[in-house]
Amino acid sequence: MIEVEHLTKRYGPTLAVSDISFVVQKGEVLGFLGPNGAGKTTTMRVITGYLPPSEGRVRVAGYDVVEEPLEAKRRTGYLPEAPPVYPDMTVVEYLAFVARIKGLPRKEIKSRIGEISEKCAITDVQRRQIGKLSKGYRQRVGLAQALIHNPEVLILDEPTAGLDPKQIIETRELIKGLAGQHTVVLSTHILPEVSKTCQRVVVINQGKVVAVGAPAELTRRLQGYETVLITVEGPAAEMMAKFELVPGVKMVEPREAGDSRVTFEVHAEKGLDVRPELARAAVESQWKLLELKTSGLSLEDIFLKLTTKDVSEESGDGSPSFVVGPSSEDDSPATDS
Amino acid sequence: MRNVLAVAGKELRTYFHSPIAYLVMTVYAVFCGFFFYSFAATFVLQSFRMQAMGGMSLNEYIIRPLLAGVLTVVLLLLVPLITMRLYAEEKRSGTIELLLTSPLTDLQIIFGKFLGALALYAMLVAITFGYLGILFLYGNPNAKPLLANALGLFLFGAALLALGMWFSTFTKNQIVAAVIAFAAFLMLFVLDWPAAYSSSAVVRVMSYMALTTHFDNFAKGVIDLSDVVYYVSVVVLGIFFTARSVDALKGRA
Repeated sequence: MIEVEHLTKRYGPTLAVSDISFVVQKGEVLGFLGPNGAGKTTTMRVITGYLPPSEGRVRVAGYDVVEEPLEAKRRTGYLPEAPPVYPDMTVVEYLAFVARIKGLPRKEIKSRIGEISEKCAITDVQRRQIGKLSKGYRQRVGLAQALIHNPEVLILDEPTAGLDPKQIIETRELIKGLAGQHTVVLSTHILPEVSKTCQRVVVINQGKVVAVGAPAELTRRLQGYETVLITVEGPAAEMMAKFELVPGVKMVEPREAGDSRVTFEVHAEKGLDVRPELARAAVESQWKLLELKTSGLSLEDIFLKLTTKDVSEESGDGSPSFVVGPSSEDDSPATDS
Repeated sequence: MRNVLAVAGKELRTYFHSPIAYLVMTVYAVFCGFFFYSFAATFVLQSFRMQAMGGMSLNEYIIRPLLAGVLTVVLLLLVPLITMRLYAEEKRSGTIELLLTSPLTDLQIIFGKFLGALALYAMLVAITFGYLGILFLYGNPNAKPLLANALGLFLFGAALLALGMWFSTFTKNQIVAAVIAFAAFLMLFVLDWPAAYSSSAVVRVMSYMALTTHFDNFAKGVIDLSDVVYYVSVVVLGIFFTARSVDALKGRA
């Protein structure tokens, strides 16, 4: 649905985005992750046709954004970081205006406004001036504007920024509900949001794609081992020794200790679930097993690992150093830890 | 076309949602009224003396100085207030992203904005003719020159609006956009002054480029094609430069 091919964007001498390529399938929700200044907003602006690419091509719903911009834009809904609202218009006036310029037939406009206002929970402020609305409402009006013409593609730049927790949850539910019918790309810093709403993630840093894949895959990829956290009450040294003997365990390290209970971090071979064995070991020795869980790298760790990596380690042909997918399970590029 | 009208409608509505439209119309009406009264009073005073010589023409002594002498200057100062927000405000509030990512061509946006501003300006022209209409109630001015007057006023305003719109693309700050427009209009106005005491080639070129020079014929009631061409060219140039400027702010430059 969205094809970004070797996209490069320069602002004068500054290189904002360099040779980015990725594809978003129809109906997918893709997370766009990266530190501030990584090039997320720039990429989104190119996809939505606001900025022309310096090099490369972008296609939305099959239409090249440079050669057939009108067709591409007709099928795109965009919510920039700051919702592009006119403060002195009322919500209804604004949505009507947007509906018109997005090409919605006149007869449908009124009913669409009603539908979308309900969907975005802004019906009770319909007649108010947007400038007088709270940030949460304004954000929702922004979202309504992006959805009003029922676009195939939705580009959302930090859609939950500045919202309170309740509104964040509501927005996330809304976005999740859009998957399947719409293709969504959303950019965010809020990592937990990504694992909750996105099926796949593109991580971008300093204008280059650093990783592409599902969050779980990325974890597995980056670590090279499974991690289990086990909290037991018992003699520390003995426990450590026993756990080390469990087949498949590569390393056991105490992480936390306090009033006779210890939490160990256990690294095991990739693909092996050592939890039952560890549990058995603890119970056999009659130690109190308090907590046992798998622990991946948090997305935060993944993010940090990927974005503080030395960019020069990348392969020369410009492909991301890490493409995670079902086919690349065996060969493992060097991880830097 | 419907996109152009949609944008034009939005602009017009926005003008009236803010104090600007009312402010501009009021200031214009006040100046227009004051000078209209002034010229009319002078006329009445003078015409007693001129009775013997066959009477003065209302067109020549009221309409013409009002239009050419006063209103052109007033408009030079007021039009920047109309055009300053056209692009500057969109840039500042981020709504330009909405316009440029919607299925509208840049030209549709430009024409829409121009049309919206022109619609507001049309109200100023209407106010002017409201005053001129008073002359018809009390006197007998010649109606034919009025056509040229109206056309001239329209073209003059259109030229200023197009240039002002272009200046509005330079900045996010409306005040700066207005100041640039004031300065530019003032310069274009002043270009005509040396013609009063010199007619060297340079001065004649300068005079040709001045905005007000070409209005004189219209004020007299004469429609000269070269004057029409001048104003239309300025409008075209203003729109063209606006389009280039919008291109530049997309980072194409």
